[in-house]
Amino acid sequence: MHVGTWAALVHRVSGILLVLFLPGHFIALGSALEGAAAFDSFLAWTEQPLVKLSEWGIVLALAAHLGGGLRVLALEFLPWRDWQKSLAAVAAAAAIAVSLAFALAL
Amino acid sequence: MLWIAQRASAAVLALCVAVHLATMIYAIRGGLSAAEILGRTRGSAGWLAFYSLFVLAVTVHAPIGLRPILGEWLRWRGASRDLFLLALAMLLAGLGMRALLGVFR
Amino acid sequence: MVLTTPATIAVRVWRGGAAGVFQAFEVPRHESQTVLDVVTYIQRSLDATLAYRYACRVGMCGSCAMMVNGRARWTCRTHIDLVLQDRKDITIAPLRNLPVIRDLVTDMREFFDKWARAKGRFQGRVSRNEDFERIKPDDPDRVQVDAGIECIGCAVCYASCDVVAWNPDYLGPAALNRAWTLIKDARDAKTMARLRAVAGDAGCHSCHTHLSCTERCPKSISPTAGIAGLKRAVVSAVVGKAF
Repeated sequence: MHVGTWAALVHRVSGILLVLFLPGHFIALGSALEGAAAFDSFLAWTEQPLVKLSEWGIVLALAAHLGGGLRVLALEFLPWRDWQKSLAAVAAAAAIAVSLAFALAL
Repeated sequence: MLWIAQRASAAVLALCVAVHLATMIYAIRGGLSAAEILGRTRGSAGWLAFYSLFVLAVTVHAPIGLRPILGEWLRWRGASRDLFLLALAMLLAGLGMRALLGVFR
Repeated sequence: MVLTTPATIAVRVWRGGAAGVFQAFEVPRHESQTVLDVVTYIQRSLDATLAYRYACRVGMCGSCAMMVNGRARWTCRTHIDLVLQDRKDITIAPLRNLPVIRDLVTDMREFFDKWARAKGRFQGRVSRNEDFERIKPDDPDRVQVDAGIECIGCAVCYASCDVVAWNPDYLGPAALNRAWTLIKDARDAKTMARLRAVAGDAGCHSCHTHLSCTERCPKSISPTAGIAGLKRAVVSAVVGKAF
């Protein structure tokens, strides 16, 4: 496996994770329909360490998917030749930076 | 033309996700509470417009992205796959709109 | 410490068809030896029943590609030193993504049929009675054709492509690269038919830019760049028609 394959695999797996996460995310936000109390009880649930860890994972997935997506857009729409390989590295670095920022803010 | 819809929604999402990530990192400092979140969102037309666009782009982007994955990794092709993806798009749109209603109303 | 080159190389070679086993051989080591030299030595001196394919031995004909230590390579231009860099043995197998006929020989019909399906045949727009087209060497389209035209049809890209492995209908990097060089060819008359042929689930839009073809092409062609060009060209054609 070379860097392009890894970038594409991370892009795909993070995308699958996001699709699985989104319905739950929407349902949780929708709980605010039943008032702030219902929303707060959900937020209390998210205080568990395992949920916190998964949150960090999903933010990492989001950042990685964003980075990977920008890589694809650049490869498809920009004239490129030699700097192609750096794209995967830039995408990875951006994903790690964002997730670290999130982890620290947690 | 699924490919161009995917790239167009990707371009929109790139902006949305960047803003969303930044907002999120800003918002979670000092913990989250319903009052704090809803205080920021309720009645804010700007955020409502932004997140409506976000949900719409996701509704387009996620099913199209899943399509080749189902074909290549699960060998699921043909009309039943596309019907499933259409249903997924409806589900995401429905739940997304309900979430918007919950947070912005 | 004295660095010594071992006198022999341990080689494992695929024997059989789709079902088969690796057979072990000991092959004398020489200087400037290629993987094709090793295979040829086995066939001539150790086991005359070994089936493999080659013709020119100088990287022009595209017939000797095989999987060498899991990676598709043109064996006539691949030195043993390169593949032995961090290991002592060599495993040689038939190209991935193609049906095995016997030993190291694959059935390449599907590979070339896909070139035909991608409308990989030049179709001129003028007859011999008319003046010929004048294309400057630095014409932007001509430059793009130059970037992809040196393909020798070795199928290294096809064997390296994950999308081909996952979606057997996918036309593959070589056929799409060929289509791209023809679309950029000002003399060719079949652009619209070709764009139709390369659109859709089996065509250019199924490429996920893994860049394996670009990474592995022995001629340093970037099919990924050509395929990206096709993706945009198909969209331009569709949008152009709509407005």
